[in-house]
Amino acid sequence: MSGSKINWFKYASPQTFYPLAGRMQPWFAWAAAILAVVGMYVGFFVAPTDAQQGEVYRVIFLHVPAAWMSMFVFLVMAFWSAIGLGFGTRLSFQMAQALAPTGALFCFIALWTGSLWGKPTWGTYWVWDARLTSQLLLMFLYLAYLALANAIEDKSRGDRACAIFALVGAVNVPVIYFSVQWWSTLHQGASISMTKAPTMAATMLMGMLLMAFAAWFYTIAVALARVRLIMLERESGSAWAVQQLARGASA
Amino acid sequence: MNWESWQAFLDMGGKGPFVWGSYGVSALLLVLEVIFLKRRMAALKTRLARRRPGKEEA
Repeated sequence: MSGSKINWFKYASPQTFYPLAGRMQPWFAWAAAILAVVGMYVGFFVAPTDAQQGEVYRVIFLHVPAAWMSMFVFLVMAFWSAIGLGFGTRLSFQMAQALAPTGALFCFIALWTGSLWGKPTWGTYWVWDARLTSQLLLMFLYLAYLALANAIEDKSRGDRACAIFALVGAVNVPVIYFSVQWWSTLHQGASISMTKAPTMAATMLMGMLLMAFAAWFYTIAVALARVRLIMLERESGSAWAVQQLARGASA
Repeated sequence: MNWESWQAFLDMGGKGPFVWGSYGVSALLLVLEVIFLKRRMAALKTRLARRRPGKEEA
């Protein structure tokens, strides 16, 4: 233990984190773009036609990664919220808030693509079944979180309110995930699980995982960009921000 | 190769509107998010640069 002398709190200070996030962001953005191109190539040109659904199943390469991302981002927001509440670190709250719009976007994409996939396969754009309804609830939780973050003028009070909301709202995530097991539903069960072999062709799985990683890197890149924006908006008068801006102007 | 022609690719077995409606709208939203974010950052930096004391506008 004594060998690792990394002071993690150093990275939590704005003057270190702000430029670091700026340097990391393009790498994640490029990784996301490359993974998305490769993922779509595999999805459209390598993965075979589905025996039951034909070509329309190719929505899966977008739908499943977006749905995963929408759930996972909310859990990460809850994580940063808990850290923020526990340690009182401003940056943790700002990370949670930087993630929220992107989580909401992926939640919408999951609903939108699911709807367009449902019409040709189930015969309807929407049904009030457990999976769809709990995912719609997640959308409303995201929107409520964003409304809350914008509504409270006092930032430190707003941070705490949002954090508590994220922690409570996170209860919905396991409900979404297990909804296909707990209730009888039109939505199909998980295609891949930790304990069983995947029930899909290897190339299909490959395309889906590539797109899932693309969604991950996209989210990281955008969240880093947004957290920098939030930091600068809130702390523009502080010494580190003035220094950073001066450096940016001279470069 | 899955597709005999561009036409077949765009047609997606007769389900083109559903597949391309999914990909098109999603791509548009993701690109818009990036554009809005960049614009907000640029606007904020301009605003802060103007506010800085002792700094002439270029």
